[in-house]
Amino acid sequence: MSSVREEGKDRIIFVTKEDHESPSSAELVEEDPNDPYEERGLILPSGEINWNCPCLGGMASGPCGTEFKDAFSCFHYSKEDVKGSDCLENFRAMQECMQRYPELYPQEDEKEQEQEQSSETKPTSQDSASTETSGANSSDSKEDSDTTQPNTEASGES
Amino acid sequence: MLKCRTVWRKLAPLARTSSTVCRQNARRAGLNNGRLPACVPAGHMSTAPAGGGRENQLYVLLVGATCVGGAIYAYQTVKGDSQRYQDRIDEISSRPLKSFTEEPATPIQSEPPAVPEAAPSPEEPSPPAPGAEVLAPIKTADPAPGDESPASHKVSSHTPYLLIGGGTASFAAARSIRARDPGARVLIVTDEQVPPYMRPPLSKELWFSDDPSVTETLRFKQWNGKERSIYFQPPSFYINAEELQSAENGGVAVLTGKKVVHMDVRGNKIKLDDDTEISYDKCLIATGGVPRNLQVIERAGEEVMKRTTLFRKVEDFKSLDKVSRNVKSITIIGGGFLGSELACALGRRSTESDLEVIQMYPEKGNMGKVLPEYLSNWTTEKVKKEGVKIISEALVKSVVSKDDKLEIQLKDGRLVKTDHIVAAVGLEPNVDLAKSAGLEVDSDFGGFRVNAELQARSNIWVAGDAACFYDIRLGRRRVEHHDHAVVSGRLAGENMTGANKPYWHQSMFWSDLGPDVGYEAIGIVDSSLPTVGVFAKATAKDTPKAATEESGTGIRSESETEHTASSPVASSTPSPTGVQHKDEYGKGVIFYLRDKVVVGIILWNVFNRMPIARKIIKDGEEHADLNEVAKLFNIHDD
Repeated sequence: MSSVREEGKDRIIFVTKEDHESPSSAELVEEDPNDPYEERGLILPSGEINWNCPCLGGMASGPCGTEFKDAFSCFHYSKEDVKGSDCLENFRAMQECMQRYPELYPQEDEKEQEQEQSSETKPTSQDSASTETSGANSSDSKEDSDTTQPNTEASGES
Repeated sequence: MLKCRTVWRKLAPLARTSSTVCRQNARRAGLNNGRLPACVPAGHMSTAPAGGGRENQLYVLLVGATCVGGAIYAYQTVKGDSQRYQDRIDEISSRPLKSFTEEPATPIQSEPPAVPEAAPSPEEPSPPAPGAEVLAPIKTADPAPGDESPASHKVSSHTPYLLIGGGTASFAAARSIRARDPGARVLIVTDEQVPPYMRPPLSKELWFSDDPSVTETLRFKQWNGKERSIYFQPPSFYINAEELQSAENGGVAVLTGKKVVHMDVRGNKIKLDDDTEISYDKCLIATGGVPRNLQVIERAGEEVMKRTTLFRKVEDFKSLDKVSRNVKSITIIGGGFLGSELACALGRRSTESDLEVIQMYPEKGNMGKVLPEYLSNWTTEKVKKEGVKIISEALVKSVVSKDDKLEIQLKDGRLVKTDHIVAAVGLEPNVDLAKSAGLEVDSDFGGFRVNAELQARSNIWVAGDAACFYDIRLGRRRVEHHDHAVVSGRLAGENMTGANKPYWHQSMFWSDLGPDVGYEAIGIVDSSLPTVGVFAKATAKDTPKAATEESGTGIRSESETEHTASSPVASSTPSPTGVQHKDEYGKGVIFYLRDKVVVGIILWNVFNRMPIARKIIKDGEEHADLNEVAKLFNIHDD
């Protein structure tokens, strides 16, 4: 049973697990999927890529940002059977660039790119689409691009 | 219509009368001067038309003359005005020409006096430009590479994006700008000697590092064993300031060790402390703040100031680390986030050495301004367990240096002797540029006053600790937390690239008091507000340590993006100690209410639930039973 105590203006309630078993009767306001103010995930409602998504870390903003954007855009809009097969040139350019900055983009590049490509094929609705930040100090971050859990980032990856 | 006719009818006889009088006067005047036409009635009659004609002529002449005179006067005035206007325009347009011919000739490090000499002549009635600034904007388009002085290694005199301040908000903005504006050139100007870094580890993780060279490497080990640097990016991420202009795909350049001393908003440029001028298209002010000091310490003299640390920057961490190894007693004045975290960090160190750590503050308990009293008291006991001597309800009256020690006299008579003082009594937002830039400073919260889109004026945004902004949900406020710096910096960067979004995504903050107590919070968390706390008993799994182990990150706001309560959380191996907390406030949720609406939430030893808390605050609804709301957090689950 829950117990309640008042200490001046502060109220203290103790609850057991059983107390909280029944579903909550609290009502939350329904989310507007087209709210222009909300933080967005990796893919915007318009279908475009959100380069400012925290899930990308600093990939789109670093020294190889342009190469990364070209490669990833090409992949995203690729209509080939094997998605991205027409983008090899872009990916090669990106890799070349990244190799110039080993400090920023540790050598797990290829593995990350593959993972990224495969994760892209998952349904990119607003609720899902998780991408691993490809390359770049990503060892300590696996970030979700869930719009229902807006991302805040504290660390930096390029 | 009828009115007009009535008026006209009334006026008509009057007009006739007056004209008759006029004519009579004219006649008299004219005729008295000259000949007297015959007062012969007959003559009158015969000469009447003639006399009338002469009168008429005179009349016509007079009126005509007046008209012509008026016309001439009007014409001359207008002509003169247009002439004056033309002179003025010629004058103004001649100025930029003069300054342009001056600019390429003088080196970048130009003395400002050179330009005003080419400025308008003294007769110019317009008010002189403030200071020695030129009125004409020095807006040069990006010169093609190889232009002007390719050989000279000077910082470019223009940058499209200028970020003043090299902290968290600035870095977040730089990243945001680069993501949204392809090939953007961003220049960060900081008065520190190092590139942007994150602040939370300076009072937490860095102190718990086993590495003896931590003050050099500034790397900290997260609970999961992974190491990272406090620097957001290694130096290779940035390009040199001199190369910014010519870099093909743009980049982020950091100019260290330079302070912006003057801001010319009309001219869209700033001046550094070495007299360099840099013009910009869009500017972000992210100057953060300076630690406050106690007046009694400032007045206490050199000897006391020498032994006092105002903690904020990397250098302060380095020096305090050194001090803590060489003294016997440190006193921390201040019971808020920074003071308590430092007290716990130093308290931990005191177990290894015989360092005495004292913390004193005017409140009753640690975090007294944040946590409700019962929780503040509970927290104070925790801090004491970390090896800290707490002196609460302490108001410092004076500090003197005596026999190589410091003596702190409290107002209630107690005397505390110590070797070193750390003052953690708040932050003074840095608004030095407000005067020269003509920016508004908020009198309630301090900082630059900006709107909901973080804009102060056209082309000027403010983010981070220095921004007093309008929060659509919670009202005007100023927030001094790390995640807010990230969120507001990002938002400012977005708005600088044309997004026009208001502050909407609520930032959070966190604090750890030792490895066993940690909390995350969001919104307005002020102990003066009425609160409702819902608690369960904590198990060993509910510690900050366990939370970060699961999420694999050290920075709490990052771990938020990892898991939500809804996703199945693989329970990691529980912490080895297996200690059960017998305290009442093991874990729970505390709601802060303002007019029955939840404006702030603390998740007490409950982690990875921030999205729910954020949603509740965003809704801004009145909830009848907060226990029902608390159910949403599944506080009993792992």
